[in-house]
Amino acid sequence: MTGPDRPHAQRVVVTSPRTRAPRAPRPYPASREIDEQSELGAVYMRSLVRAQRRLGLGLCAVVCGSVAALPLVFALAPAVAAQRVLGVPLPWLLLGGVVFPVFVLAGWCYVRQAERAEREFAELVERS
Amino acid sequence: MNSTYGIVAVLAVAIGTALVGTYGLRISRTTSDFFVASRTVSPWWNASAIGGEYLSAASFVGIAGLIFAHGPDMLWFPVGYTAGYLVLLALVAAPLRRSGAYTLPDFAEARFGSPAVRAVASVLALGIGWLYLLPQLQGAGLTLHTLTGAPDWVGALLVAAVVTANVTSGGMRSVTFVQAFQYWLKVTAITVPVVFLVMAWHAHGARDLTAPELPVFPRETVVTFDADTVVHVDEPVVFGGTGVVDGRAVTGSTALAVGDHTIAAGSRLLAPAGAAVPRVSSIPHNTNETWAMPLRGGESFPLYAVYSLIIATFLGTMGLPHVIVRFYTNPNGRAARRTTLIVLALLGFFYLMPPIYGALGRLYAPELLMTGDTDAVVLVLPSRVVDGLGGHLLGALVAGGAFAAFLSTSSGLMVSLAGVLSRDVLRLRGIRGFRVASVPAVLVPLGMTWLVGKVPVADMVGLAFAVAASSLCPLLVLGIWSTRISTVGAVAGMLAGGVPALVAGLVTISAGGGNVFLARPAAWTAPLGFVVMYAVSLLTPRRVPAGVNHVMVRLHAPENLGLRSQDRR
Repeated sequence: MTGPDRPHAQRVVVTSPRTRAPRAPRPYPASREIDEQSELGAVYMRSLVRAQRRLGLGLCAVVCGSVAALPLVFALAPAVAAQRVLGVPLPWLLLGGVVFPVFVLAGWCYVRQAERAEREFAELVERS
Repeated sequence: MNSTYGIVAVLAVAIGTALVGTYGLRISRTTSDFFVASRTVSPWWNASAIGGEYLSAASFVGIAGLIFAHGPDMLWFPVGYTAGYLVLLALVAAPLRRSGAYTLPDFAEARFGSPAVRAVASVLALGIGWLYLLPQLQGAGLTLHTLTGAPDWVGALLVAAVVTANVTSGGMRSVTFVQAFQYWLKVTAITVPVVFLVMAWHAHGARDLTAPELPVFPRETVVTFDADTVVHVDEPVVFGGTGVVDGRAVTGSTALAVGDHTIAAGSRLLAPAGAAVPRVSSIPHNTNETWAMPLRGGESFPLYAVYSLIIATFLGTMGLPHVIVRFYTNPNGRAARRTTLIVLALLGFFYLMPPIYGALGRLYAPELLMTGDTDAVVLVLPSRVVDGLGGHLLGALVAGGAFAAFLSTSSGLMVSLAGVLSRDVLRLRGIRGFRVASVPAVLVPLGMTWLVGKVPVADMVGLAFAVAASSLCPLLVLGIWSTRISTVGAVAGMLAGGVPALVAGLVTISAGGGNVFLARPAAWTAPLGFVVMYAVSLLTPRRVPAGVNHVMVRLHAPENLGLRSQDRR
């Protein structure tokens, strides 16, 4: 019974996402994928291990590699080894003082990066 | 040196250690307390404890002695000891903690699930631990001998007794307190004298440490020889005093011509002020100027020796049994990383000091170049440079710190050795097994101190690092980061790297030095261990442990995700 004076019933499209409503739980959370050793879980873990491995080996290569290059520099360029900075011979200054703060700084950067990678991994697992 | 102050300091350290240990005993009741302090130690406590445990006789007296004799090449010891922790931080700290095992053999079992891998890892951990405990006991003997003239075995026996009593009564929990306390004691004991030494050096006119001349006796000096010594005289010198030189008994003034001379044990020669110091034949001919340059240390292949040392220390740290056991006392992987970072800072600060002792020793205690007791430079320097009571007190402080170094490293080694022995060799469980096992853990190296020649303390520690870098380091690094390692590969790699390094080390120790390729084996044994482990694993893919993916989850996933794979036993 549609009277002539009544407006037509209209369809209104509601586009706003239903942010308030609780999300339906996924049948398989990622943590369960990992626990049950599914293909997907293995992919998650492989990506984490690869990221951390690249980070760790990269740090070792850059810091330890550059420090370990010093004996070669001193052997090939004795003039460098004979340099003095602030009255202290360069090899003494580098190996007896400068390397230690460099190690601490490198370690600090590594800890930040590694914790960030773990945080991102945790978000990925919890979000999905 | 006035020995009374030194003896009081050493006794104070020994008694203080025992007291702090007893405090730990009252709250250390369960097996878990005993081994890993129930995993409740905060990062700062843990880092101090790691520092206290790690700064051994080699760090406290050995490094300064080697720098004093051989120059800046020896700076690679402290650099390597610290860089080892950076490598450990980047490659193993968090996964090692997450593996949730007590000892290194436990890690081998958790990762590979194979009794064979576990057995080989146990044997190697024991070998490395004993190789490392030996120089600690020797260093203790040296310290007491320098202080009091007591025979070398007294100090070794004293350290062995205090440590055994402490470890069997309190276990790891008390050791954690003791170690943390001893880090700060050691830093104080090495830093405070440095301040006074440098001030005194300035007051004496800040003489050039790198002048183009041989070291000279700063004043008239009595040089006492405890063993038959071959010295090389570079400039003719006339000695007073009595003794036996080149087989002839001498009294009064004795002229030594340029060349080699043998001075018999018991000789007491009086060196005139300003004369050039003769040197033990194992120390290279160096003026202070050439001594201060790198690659003049007198080895036959200096570049090989330096790189071998770098490889041994950078990679070896993670394979030391007493270092690894410390990581299980962190509550989780994240705390393990933060602890390691603090350790880097603590070690870096400490290692600024030994080179200063080594350099000032050239000016103020050069007669040690003549007797060859270069390891004693840290101990004798304070009373040489600072006059009167102040010098004696500083000397006592250093002696106490040195003793703390032997006690703390030996305690840490004892805990890990007794842990491995009781679980894997004697197969005794619980606290009783741990107590029984601590007896052989200390008796073996104590017996070995009778057999070894005169190898510098830091060099012997370097050998323990070389074995660790060649065997347990490949196991840890490849085991944590690669899923392809098979049980056969793990065993083959550990043996291929560890056995040659161990044999080279034992040959060097019993011969009292020797060929650089045997004395510094890491440059060839460590790559051998890695390559063999990986190659054999690729050849035996069927022997890769079945649950490797589960293990990887446990090693690498953060704890806070609540994964069931990470639930512990």
